Amino acid sequence: MKKENLPQDESALKNFTREVCYVKNEEDKYQQSLSTGWKVKSEALAEAWVEINRRIEEAAKAVENGEKSPVLFFMELRLMDFPTLSGYTGFWTFFIKRHIKPKVFKRLSERKLGIYASVFKISVDELISFDGKNIDKYTKE
Amino acid sequence: MEKILTSTQKNKIEHIQTAHCENGVVTALLRHHGLDFINEPLAFGIGAGMFYVHLPFLKVNNAPAIAFRIMPGFIFRDTCKALGVKVKRKKFRSPEAARAYLDQKIEEGEPVGCQVGVFNLPYFPKEYRFHFNAHNIIIHGFENGRYIVSDPVMEEMTSLSPEELEDVRFAKGPLAPKGQIYYPTNVKEISKEQLKKAVKKGIKKSAWWMTQVPIEQLGARGFNYTAKKIRKWRSQLGERKAGLYLGQIVRMQEEIGTGGGGFRFIYAAFLEQAAEILENDKLMPYSEEITRSGDLLRANAVRMAAIIKGRKTDQKDFEEVADAMSEISALELKVFKKLRKLPL
Repeated sequence: MKKENLPQDESALKNFTREVCYVKNEEDKYQQSLSTGWKVKSEALAEAWVEINRRIEEAAKAVENGEKSPVLFFMELRLMDFPTLSGYTGFWTFFIKRHIKPKVFKRLSERKLGIYASVFKISVDELISFDGKNIDKYTKE
Repeated sequence: MEKILTSTQKNKIEHIQTAHCENGVVTALLRHHGLDFINEPLAFGIGAGMFYVHLPFLKVNNAPAIAFRIMPGFIFRDTCKALGVKVKRKKFRSPEAARAYLDQKIEEGEPVGCQVGVFNLPYFPKEYRFHFNAHNIIIHGFENGRYIVSDPVMEEMTSLSPEELEDVRFAKGPLAPKGQIYYPTNVKEISKEQLKKAVKKGIKKSAWWMTQVPIEQLGARGFNYTAKKIRKWRSQLGERKAGLYLGQIVRMQEEIGTGGGGFRFIYAAFLEQAAEILENDKLMPYSEEITRSGDLLRANAVRMAAIIKGRKTDQKDFEEVADAMSEISALELKVFKKLRKLPL
């Protein structure tokens, strides 16, 4: 890539930093150069976030319909997958998948609920009373 | 526990911004220890960072794991090894012990590398904060109740409160950092001959990784594997999911830390320097070829973005992306095979 072709598009990096790229200068030698961003990758990143929000909404719906427990919603909200949530809670993925069933969730001990709540950075009350409605207060944080 | 640290003159080293965090930490720490010839492309090349891998069964953010570089930690390890530098590494169970050890190192005037998770890093834009646990930063001191942090991908030096630092050092999930700290020890002066040897070793190692692993998902062949997959994605997964998978490729290829073109430009810059260090002009055409590979990757990112955003979503558009991937595969396979045989 030539130095003059290095994109300087507006991106989420604005007001945070610029990133280093390697480009060829006038003497056809490599040098470091700073970029504010590139539209192409901003689009890829934006689309990743569309997908994240879609998953969060889908999870909220499932909780509202009584198909899934709040654990799934907060897991999606915190951008976690099973291995990550398993790492934070210390529960095996097999059990987390069970805890996502509303029936099993209702019977969870205080201790386990407490672990989930602290990992999700919410209170136990908030966790058990989540009904899948009014998710704006979480997604617009 | 709450002891007050003061940052001494010695551990106030300069902040070096690089494209990639691991390159940056190696570069800054080795320079601190007097190896002032080292820079990012050199660290990346000697550490044999160049790679490609596509792991279809391992999912990252619900899309296949794809990387344009060698495994986290290898660059640091191999750069130091090739230069005869020993590395001290330590992981911790308890955050208290992790902090005490860090404080002790800082007081001794030793800047240290820390493995951290990105999700809770407050100075990153929210859009970039995923559960990625193999980020690297340097801690150099403690001032006004905060740790002084040199994050290689940031333009400026920054800082973290003790609680924030503990959070990121003890992030959980895949590749959990477990408070890992590392720093070079026993750094001696490097002679011209030693440097030459290290550069040669790095080139040969990358050439081996890129061409000799008999697994189709790894090395230069990996691009071709991805190409084969891409041709099927649209019919197998549907347009939305196929688009997301392509998005994952674009992000791994171009997101912060790659220097553009999936590390290919950094590597081309390395080969350019290697030609100078080894006084061997024969390496220059290889640098050109790798630049070309990077350019092809960037052009392909543009194609993929068009699909991701739904501007073009026909099977023929997927085929075009796949064709470019196959071309890159053939190009890199040819280049690294020749590089492997090249007398240095």
